[in-house]
Amino acid sequence: MNAVDTYITADGRTIGAPLMEMKNITLRFGGVTAIQDISFDIREGEVRAIIGPNGAGKSSMLNVINGFYHPQEGEVWFRGKKRLAMKPHQIAKQGIARTFQNIALFKGMSTLDNIMTGRLTHMKSGLFSQMAWWGGAQTEEVANRAIVEKVIDFLEIQAIRKTPVGRLPYGFQKRVELGRALAAEPKLLLLDEPMAGMNVEEKEDMSRFILDVNDEFGTTIALIEHDMGVVMDIADRVVVMDYGKKIGDGTPDEVRNNQDVIDAYLGVAHD
Amino acid sequence: MTNTTTAAALDTVPRLLARNAKTYAEKAAYREKEYGIWQSWTWGQTFEEIQSLALGLLTLGVKPGDHIAIVGRNRPYFYWAMVAAQSVGAVPVPLYRDAVAEEMAYVLDHCSARFVVAEDQEQVDKMIDVMDDLETLEGIIFLDPSGMRKYDKSALSSYRELQQIGRDRKSELQGELDKRLAAQGSDTTCVMLYTSGTTGRPKGVVLSNRNIIETAKNSCEFDSLVADDSVLAYLPMAWVGDFIFSIGQAYWSGFCVGCPESQETMQKDLNEVGPTYFFAPPRYFEGLLTSVQIRMEDAGPFKRWLFKIFMDHAKVVGPKLLDVKPVGLMDRLKYNLGAILITGPLKNTLGLSRVRVGYTAGEAIGPELFDFYRSLGINLKQLYGQTEASVFITQQKDGEVRADTVGTPSPGVELRIADNGEVFYRSAGAFDHYYKNPKSTKETKDKEGWVATGDAGFIESDSGHLRIIDRAKDVGKLKDGSMFAPKFVENKLKFYANILETVVFGNGKDTCVAFINIDLTAVGNWAERNNIAYSSYQELAGHPEVYSMIQSNVQAVNASVAQDEMLSGCQITRFLILHKELDADDGELTRTQKVRRNIIAEKYDDLLGALYDGSDSIFTKTEVTYEDGRKGAITATLEIRDAQTYDRKKVAA
Repeated sequence: MNAVDTYITADGRTIGAPLMEMKNITLRFGGVTAIQDISFDIREGEVRAIIGPNGAGKSSMLNVINGFYHPQEGEVWFRGKKRLAMKPHQIAKQGIARTFQNIALFKGMSTLDNIMTGRLTHMKSGLFSQMAWWGGAQTEEVANRAIVEKVIDFLEIQAIRKTPVGRLPYGFQKRVELGRALAAEPKLLLLDEPMAGMNVEEKEDMSRFILDVNDEFGTTIALIEHDMGVVMDIADRVVVMDYGKKIGDGTPDEVRNNQDVIDAYLGVAHD
Repeated sequence: MTNTTTAAALDTVPRLLARNAKTYAEKAAYREKEYGIWQSWTWGQTFEEIQSLALGLLTLGVKPGDHIAIVGRNRPYFYWAMVAAQSVGAVPVPLYRDAVAEEMAYVLDHCSARFVVAEDQEQVDKMIDVMDDLETLEGIIFLDPSGMRKYDKSALSSYRELQQIGRDRKSELQGELDKRLAAQGSDTTCVMLYTSGTTGRPKGVVLSNRNIIETAKNSCEFDSLVADDSVLAYLPMAWVGDFIFSIGQAYWSGFCVGCPESQETMQKDLNEVGPTYFFAPPRYFEGLLTSVQIRMEDAGPFKRWLFKIFMDHAKVVGPKLLDVKPVGLMDRLKYNLGAILITGPLKNTLGLSRVRVGYTAGEAIGPELFDFYRSLGINLKQLYGQTEASVFITQQKDGEVRADTVGTPSPGVELRIADNGEVFYRSAGAFDHYYKNPKSTKETKDKEGWVATGDAGFIESDSGHLRIIDRAKDVGKLKDGSMFAPKFVENKLKFYANILETVVFGNGKDTCVAFINIDLTAVGNWAERNNIAYSSYQELAGHPEVYSMIQSNVQAVNASVAQDEMLSGCQITRFLILHKELDADDGELTRTQKVRRNIIAEKYDDLLGALYDGSDSIFTKTEVTYEDGRKGAITATLEIRDAQTYDRKKVAA
């Protein structure tokens, strides 16, 4: 797996070398083993999905990827280097951004300001310069605002630019959250159940945005999702987890025909 | 044609552009909000942009007389595409952007379009869907590349890249472009616009440069529109009005055209641009008033009190001030105080502070609605027009504005009423012909140039104003021989905020019946205040209390209809509230939101039957088309209500 091999997806994109590798990850909370000896990789430019029933350890996995949890065993490799234990903001600086299962926005702030917070890791001017609104701080703000406006345009949320986020409907809040993650211009974008609680139309919109992000900016995407239809449609490769173990890994078709997966998740649990 | 006088040289749109690029070189021609900032282009820059695109079109092999379809929302780029097409001798054909692929395919096939300028992935997808069936369609020029990275680009070219190619090959192609520009004159086709078609297939109306430029000139003089005016272009580009306002008049007088950031931000953008010249259909003004009313109902008691005091006063004084009639000093003072406290800020919120000339047309406008805007001091007037006339047939002069007429003939227009009441006109703006449809052309336009409008109306003897009764073909007779004019009743019904749309039937029957669509915003707000829970349009529409409310509206209309000598037979005896909103995607409305009576009658045949057979309710199943073209079905059991009718004497007493 470590060799620099590439593959071509069903729709003709060339997927590059691994961007992130999880090697034999085991994560325990006291006596509970949330993740048990799991290895997989996320390759440059792909849409990678992690699926599994409730309590399978998906969100824990995502938290390991973005450095919020430190696994007791195993190694995380990012861009060809072994990653040491880091604080979440250091991870963010490395180019990993995420959205949350339960929306975590600043409700009283406008859409624009919320997305602007996604630029924080890119701001360099000091506190005093920012307070005085002079010199570097000014040019920096303008440059960052330009990027934020591109994101707003991309997600088609111009009409709610100045609206406090708390007043927006759920589907739009999800979109703003995606916007904030995008504003960070991440290498790797982690989405924790981006479609949860959405109706069909909102899901279609969100799927389109995810694919467009991948297509337009070449962003690598790892997502957790419950909606099988969505996952099978948009993911290039899927990891299936059950009770903290990996039970399947491959293209949507491979996973769909994997007997373990059918037994554990798709077939038995749902029919 | 090349060495004539200056006046004669301004006989095509590209020549007006060349003039503007010299005369108003540094003045803003277009503004568009993008990335949260108003971007602007001067006439000089506009000239360069259009020329580059025109040169680019030459490299694609566009020939004079080709048709180039344009489909996108109001953005400077698409206005440029129209003028660029004209520059190379091609005919621009703007399409309704929300039309589904098959509708577009019909038009593209009918005009044998060789190229399409499309906005984004959504439009390009529609084109790709139908491209295989269209022999003549060769290429798609797209503006926004998002989402199309993986597309097969053999038939696609990027708008901006095409402009760059044009710039790069300028020296080599400029001669050809100049030659083509010089070959054009006032008889060259300026644009082809497809009528929305309340019946049958859309027809392509061919308008020459003379039509457009004469109309623009006359109408600019009529309302003294000058280079310092500005408009916001937000109505569909495929509609003739937008072409006249945003290209005809804008190029003639050199004023600036603003484009909103997106459809949803239009109201905010309107507020920021503050246009001086504004057009909107009655539906828009109605929606705006409804939202004002809703917000006032939610306001505190003091604000409501202030609003009432000053609005009541403004309703009396405002229209008089606009018409320059005598008003007492105290009344003036009170009106001005109101302007500071209430009407001024309200006008500003609506984005209408600077409006000097406002027009509404397309449908009748309710007198109360009309007076509301005039009392704010907005010079809102009515005009009557159609695609075939390059818009203007009649319009109201300043100081002669009324809710119930559409004004006197526009400059350069002759008017005639036929024996059967149909309105005919003859003007410089009258269209040349329907494309590939000599039969319809002959039926509509006679040898002397008189054009049939298809509307029945009469000219008021004392004022000379034209009054429209209804579509001529919709006017019929009830069984007892009395006159039946559905629109007359429908308009009265639609003046109620609760009623969004309605269709009245009765031709050849004993009595009249009606289908009604409630206004979800207005009725929804009412439901909220009265603690009525609902989860969908269908549920709210079927609610007994909503039915009772609508019933009282219908009966009030009956009382008013009863007073009319000719039309008292058109009172509504029974009605139902439809379980879905009438929609253009289902073919029930035209793309300009006019009801297609026959199609609705056919589609809801069962409902119509139930209205006449006396039953209390009916179960029905209706096919609906979603925005992306997929189909589904909804079922409902609809209640049918009787409405009280009146005879003339009783009301008079």
